[in-house]
Amino acid sequence: MTVGYRPTPYTVPPPRRGSRLLHRDSALRRMDWTLLVAVLALCAIGAALVWSATKQAAIDGGDDPQAFLKKHILNVGIGLVLGVVASVFDYRMLRAYAPVVYVLSLLGLMAVLSPLGTTINGSHSWIVLPAGFSVQPSEFAKVALVVGMSMLLAEKRDAEDEPRDMDVVLALVFAAVPFALVMLQPDLGTAMVVCALVLGLIAVSGAPIRWVVGLVVAALLVAVVAVQTGMLKDYQIDRFRAFYDPAADPKGAGFNVRQSLIAVGSGGMDGQGLFQGAQTQGKFVPAQQTDFIFTVAGEELGFVGAALVVALLGLVLWRAGRIAMQAEDLFGRLVATGILCWFAFQSFENIGMTLGIMPVTGVPLPFVSYGGSSMFANLIAVGLLQNVHMRRYS
Amino acid sequence: MSERSRLRLVVLQVLVLSLLGTLLGRLWYVQVVAAENYKTAAAENGTREIITPAPRGMILDSRGRPLARNRTALVVSISRTAMLRQDDEGRELVAKVADVIGQPVEQVWEKTRLCGSEGAPPAPRCFNGSPYQPIPVTDEASTAMALQIMERREDFPGVTAELTAVREYPQPLGANAAHELGYLGPVTDEELAERAVANDRRGARNETVLQGTDLIGRAGLEREYDDDLRGRPGVRTLTVDHEGGVSGVLSETQPTPGNYLVTTIDAELQAEAEKQLHAAIMRARQTGDINKGYATKLKADSGAVVVMDVRTGGIVAMASWPTYDPNIWVGGISGKDYKAITSKKNHYPNQSRAFQGEFAPASTFKAVTLPAAVRAGYSVNSSYNCPSSYSIGGAPKRNYESQGYGVISMLRAIQVSCDTVFYKFAYETWLRMGGLNAKKKAKDPFTEMAKAFGLGRPTGLDLPSESDGRIADRAWKRAYWKATKDFYCAKAKTGYPEVARQDPQRAAYLLQLSKENCVDGYAYRGGDAANFAIGQGDTTTTPLQMARVYAAIANGGTLVTPHIGRAIMSPDGQLVRRIEPAPAGRVPVSKATLDWLRHAMRTVTEVGTGYGPFARAAFPLDKIPVGTKTGTGEVYGKQTTSWFASFAPAVKPQYAVVMMVSQGGTGSGVSGPSVAELYKTLFGITGQRVDLAAAAPPGGHPTQALPAVRADGTVVQPPRADTRAVRLPGLVARREERTDAGGGGPG
Repeated sequence: MTVGYRPTPYTVPPPRRGSRLLHRDSALRRMDWTLLVAVLALCAIGAALVWSATKQAAIDGGDDPQAFLKKHILNVGIGLVLGVVASVFDYRMLRAYAPVVYVLSLLGLMAVLSPLGTTINGSHSWIVLPAGFSVQPSEFAKVALVVGMSMLLAEKRDAEDEPRDMDVVLALVFAAVPFALVMLQPDLGTAMVVCALVLGLIAVSGAPIRWVVGLVVAALLVAVVAVQTGMLKDYQIDRFRAFYDPAADPKGAGFNVRQSLIAVGSGGMDGQGLFQGAQTQGKFVPAQQTDFIFTVAGEELGFVGAALVVALLGLVLWRAGRIAMQAEDLFGRLVATGILCWFAFQSFENIGMTLGIMPVTGVPLPFVSYGGSSMFANLIAVGLLQNVHMRRYS
Repeated sequence: MSERSRLRLVVLQVLVLSLLGTLLGRLWYVQVVAAENYKTAAAENGTREIITPAPRGMILDSRGRPLARNRTALVVSISRTAMLRQDDEGRELVAKVADVIGQPVEQVWEKTRLCGSEGAPPAPRCFNGSPYQPIPVTDEASTAMALQIMERREDFPGVTAELTAVREYPQPLGANAAHELGYLGPVTDEELAERAVANDRRGARNETVLQGTDLIGRAGLEREYDDDLRGRPGVRTLTVDHEGGVSGVLSETQPTPGNYLVTTIDAELQAEAEKQLHAAIMRARQTGDINKGYATKLKADSGAVVVMDVRTGGIVAMASWPTYDPNIWVGGISGKDYKAITSKKNHYPNQSRAFQGEFAPASTFKAVTLPAAVRAGYSVNSSYNCPSSYSIGGAPKRNYESQGYGVISMLRAIQVSCDTVFYKFAYETWLRMGGLNAKKKAKDPFTEMAKAFGLGRPTGLDLPSESDGRIADRAWKRAYWKATKDFYCAKAKTGYPEVARQDPQRAAYLLQLSKENCVDGYAYRGGDAANFAIGQGDTTTTPLQMARVYAAIANGGTLVTPHIGRAIMSPDGQLVRRIEPAPAGRVPVSKATLDWLRHAMRTVTEVGTGYGPFARAAFPLDKIPVGTKTGTGEVYGKQTTSWFASFAPAVKPQYAVVMMVSQGGTGSGVSGPSVAELYKTLFGITGQRVDLAAAAPPGGHPTQALPAVRADGTVVQPPRADTRAVRLPGLVARREERTDAGGGGPG
């Protein structure tokens, strides 16, 4: 399968695949097993939490109590396959496909804005497919953005070179298009993830420090202007307002935060046990199997379980950082860095809003939240990390 | 790859690490440090408040006899959450319950529907309470029904049969007092919202005062003193699981029972007043109409009687006929009963003629116009001509029954109720003021005096929906003309063809009236002034207003504020407050005139128009002198209104009694005998003997002492010769009857 491109003459491809699977240099041996185990553990915990969060509502509605669990496991399965695919091709080949992936993701984002798109929870982010499936193209756009920007920033240079201003400008323009499309949905959460990702990529690419500082300042300015000029919808501003004063409107914007905090706080040290959380089972927390999945961990698994989730995410982020550090080339490093920034910011934003230290924006918790597109994108990203990892020192 | 890139990657990783550290720190704070706060909040999240209604306070008569109390009833309720747990949403359960309590299934099913939910019937048939409140489906369950339900609990999940307090109007000694007591009705959403707003304004946001299933006073004393009677409900805070099932009791506050209202009404006298009013009605119906040559019997469609303490304005008895059983309102009035008490055919039994009925006061009004005449310069010591008719602007106005008396003293004019003398007073005064050309705001002494006696506006009685009555003065005539001239001017052109077909004479009269009203209906004519002087025309009063007028004459000029409430007492016997409304003022009549008037009215009873009833009753006027004034009001198209206004004793008066019978003939013939009988009860008269101890209220005066309420809620009557502790069955368990110090023992 790996015909054609051979980066180094030292790599000896196995003559017959399978027979030397456990060879010292085999792909399986070179995989980051810690990363894989952490990701699988998160997926397993996520499945249990999704089950607990949806069981009662399904029973009340007369539906199959395991319906969400089954779909979630199916999502994980499909995601793992996609991840394997993403890890098998040499990542350096992706440079060739990056423009295609990028254009496809843009088409997806535009399709959402067309009449094909559907509004869920105030965001016009979904394309509903037949047979009860729906796709959220912005999740896949994250992957495309990581790969595409990495390519632009690492392209056409010797390994020791830093990107010039022109390259940075090109990369920013490249990112601006999907960013604008995401903002139009509007999907503030994804937009913020995109910002974090772009910032991290440009910083680690070695671009002049003025770009890093300039972008941070620009981001802050845009945020202020957006609030001042009413570019944001009222409910979005209310969510931010509820962030610094959750008691201001306990029935409205502050309701999610308040209920979320009550659920997490009432879990205590040991938690109330899976399926036993009064807040969770009483359906006091909205969007609990998706954006507020962490409240289930907090209430039913307690500090012990919630901290384990944070620790596993930390493990994933540590491995992503390590892979970036050890990457053989700048492109690989940037891909890993982009994924690191994406996962890190999205995890912090998601858990932070659950704990009332970040404003409420709809981003899922990687590997844990229910949702196909997000799960696929996350596992593809993990596949890319493994890809970069397996081909280090090569 | 540059070193710069590597360094920045390290910085990024440190940043990520710090973010994770922040999350863990916050997690520790929320879940471990502040966990208790959130656990409390979570407990509140999963709680529901169940309201235990407070027993409503009793309404007592002046001596402590209950006019309104609570009886215990077996109430069968169905829990809504239990219904929802059934596969068929409780249809079968409801059918079983309906079968046991003997009601149609659909009727019970409707009662369990939450108001406003899909498929729910309109209020009051739907359930207006909280979804967590058991829904009562009957309050008339028998013990057998309750046993069937409670012994087969597995067949009746969530169904309970409990003893609950239900309002009852026991009508002690037969005292009905329906119009005074009023009734209870379910609170409306608007009222709930209003109270919530009012509570917010008071800053009492968390006060649970009213909720959807509450009954509130809708009329009468029940409404007027609702806040006192209702008490405060108990609140039981239940922890609720996600299915809405109850998992435990978090806290409980007991309800505070409502306070007792002690009234000025004496149940014994009230019963007698109702009996005498009914007697007057029946008497009238056997009497021929004098104006129709006695061939037609009097209709006597309705009537009222008021007995007032002239010194305080306390209502000792007040009755209106027709009336109804106040208990029909308990548990929701049926459509049939409601129709019966509001129908024209039954003469609107729901309306009290005593304080809501407006009638021309006729000659009883001379108690107001005589002082006015005195003020206008006519001396009570002079003599006046009393012809059979008096010419006003060329048109003769006749004396009642066209009788002339010649030149008589003012005293005689009152005794025989001479109208023409009063025509003269009014007409001459009217001419002096400029007649038709009088200034718009000219102060006519007659209408001004009526205002000073509190007519034309509510007396301030502590009952809702009191009528104003009407003083037909210049201002009224102008306002009325403005409001009606379009109608009359149109009619003046078209005439009354539809009336003419049946009654040409009446049609001609109406046409003439319309023409006059259209052109100058605003004019206050000499005839209007003359009519006013004898309480005829467009001027109307309620019997209560007339009782107050006679009380003012009797008590020496104080315009009292009538009231039925006497005191609010807590259920454990403490006096909460006395109800002593301040008088509205004094009437502008000199002591000499008042003295003269009282004397004159006393002689009316002895030798005048009031003589007949008291003579026939063999009333011992030498022992208890009574001042009276009769009235026979003419109403176009109807039979005359019978009035009899009085006070007694004529020296140092205590009570004013006014009786009115609509379409009841003459005052002395129909109302008078009943009033005489009432005075016998008021002063304990049997034959010629006066025994104040046997009077009702005892002693010949309104009861002063308040009934004692024992700590257990029983009420003790104030001392009297035959006073006993009266046991009030209510929420209190029955005990042995006892006679003790409080009551002084049986006579």
